[in-house]
Amino acid sequence: MTMAVTLEAPPVVSAVRTKRRHKKTGWLFILPFLIVFVAFLLAPLLYAGYLSLYTKGLATGTTFAGFDNYTRAFGDPSFRKGLWFVLKFSAVVIPLQIVVALVAALVLDEVTGRLARFSRLVIFLPYAIPVVLGALMWGFLYSPSFGPIEQIATAFDVRAPFLLSQGNIFYGLLNVVTWQWSGYYMIIIYAALRGIDSSIYEAARIDGASARQIAFRIKVPMVSSALVLILIFSLIGTLQFFTEPQILGPIANGSVTPDFTPNIYAYYLAFRYAQFNYASAISFSLGFVVFLVVAIFMVATRKRGSLFT
Amino acid sequence: MRPRHVGAKLLLLALCGYFLVPVWWLLVASTKNAEGLFSGSGALWFNGFHLVGNLRDLFTFNNGEFVRWLGNSVLYALAGGIGCTVISVLAGYGFAKYTFRGRNPVFALVLGSVMVPLTALVIPTFVLMSNVGLIDTIWAVILPSLLSPFAVYLMRVYAAASVPDELLDAARIDGAGELRTFVRVALPLMRPGVITVLLLSIVTTWNNYFLPLTMLSSSKLFPLPVGIGLWTQLASSNNAGGQSLWNLIIVGSLVSIVPLIVAFLTLQKYWQGGLAVGSLK
Repeated sequence: MTMAVTLEAPPVVSAVRTKRRHKKTGWLFILPFLIVFVAFLLAPLLYAGYLSLYTKGLATGTTFAGFDNYTRAFGDPSFRKGLWFVLKFSAVVIPLQIVVALVAALVLDEVTGRLARFSRLVIFLPYAIPVVLGALMWGFLYSPSFGPIEQIATAFDVRAPFLLSQGNIFYGLLNVVTWQWSGYYMIIIYAALRGIDSSIYEAARIDGASARQIAFRIKVPMVSSALVLILIFSLIGTLQFFTEPQILGPIANGSVTPDFTPNIYAYYLAFRYAQFNYASAISFSLGFVVFLVVAIFMVATRKRGSLFT
Repeated sequence: MRPRHVGAKLLLLALCGYFLVPVWWLLVASTKNAEGLFSGSGALWFNGFHLVGNLRDLFTFNNGEFVRWLGNSVLYALAGGIGCTVISVLAGYGFAKYTFRGRNPVFALVLGSVMVPLTALVIPTFVLMSNVGLIDTIWAVILPSLLSPFAVYLMRVYAAASVPDELLDAARIDGAGELRTFVRVALPLMRPGVITVLLLSIVTTWNNYFLPLTMLSSSKLFPLPVGIGLWTQLASSNNAGGQSLWNLIIVGSLVSIVPLIVAFLTLQKYWQGGLAVGSLK
């Protein structure tokens, strides 16, 4: 109300008019993004929510089902199995990636020279390689028919484990994902480390701190917001695990079942069995779990500062 | 050189070895013919040199469908990547440099949407797209690629840090319009951030697998990852014709990873600086 009055008052015209113009311009700058955001995020999300509340039967047609699809999803052994797998996988792969990335970043922050510059690029390299191809390359390396692992083992007269067998695929995938993403996380941590004012290290050194103490007592706490960012990103990514197992499926002799991860399950339901309603409910349930895990995590780390503060 | 750096350097060498092994293997395997590939010895060393022949086979196989996929990938990556960058830079600048009613709730919504599992969107997007008849067209891949809430977040942080308000006010007092101020004053200052976002969104589109896999059914529209995925399925389900196809998959993978590696190497001073600002916030 007060605002409308000021806007119509003529005497202060120039300042107020520029201000009002700025307000409109702000909206104009974000408008193209908002259109895309509504069309490809909000609308599909709402539509998926709507789809998930209905069921489609051959005889009965489309009927309102309320939360039946969700009750079915959380009671569905296939969904639970996939969910358990991605949760277990996240619990191992995320700490592993962060340790590799953090150690590499700390070393690269300390060592200078040609080797360090070269290593920084090499460690980051897998990020520039499509996930499909990263998974394929490792699949080839694991392959008993032309991979080196089998050949080296044969040379020593032992049998190499096939890393895509039912019992080993967890480790096979663990390696692929660590290889693919650690370098990207390393660069983020490294960039944060470079941003620290190095006079702090000088002061610590004068106080008698060792290199190790400086690394763990000063550097690591100072990049904690970058670590939280990475953790959230890799959590969101890993819970949606799809591409690597999907690509390795054909060469894994049946280790990758259609319910291997919740996303693969939703994909099969939607595009092989045309169960779009139930598939939407599975996607939404997965989204809910992602949201829940990330929220719990953010509350737990709030004191250390995070992306959202 | 202080002695403690010896351990650090050995560690770096070990890491380099680990991260290079698959790429090295790919390079070596690309130079082998089917016989050399399956010979059962020396997977990590050369055995004959057939790279040129393999490339010729790759580019001519099945009426040159690989070349088509390569062209599609370039088209999707450029259209999606450039479009996404333009939209995100405008939005990031708008959020950083203008105060308007509803700015904070809208930005919170955008930030929260980073948490939405993208795959939760693919299925409903598919159904919505098929309602308007866009399924199995290039638009089904390009249009959803324009969305990147993270790029908007990155550009907001970058614009706030690199464009001083005083400079914008000075330009306005000199009579420059808002758009002109943005293009002439703000954009040059934001250049490293813009290049970072451009590179990240091109990589994302180039690497995208799930979206084109669901949206496209005719193989002539496939981008590289989906095409190579198709070849893998063919090769593993068909053991007789499979051998020669594995060679094509390997040399095709090599050709697919070269462009982005070159892009990252030539633009490294930009993206390294750009990522620094994004992660410091």
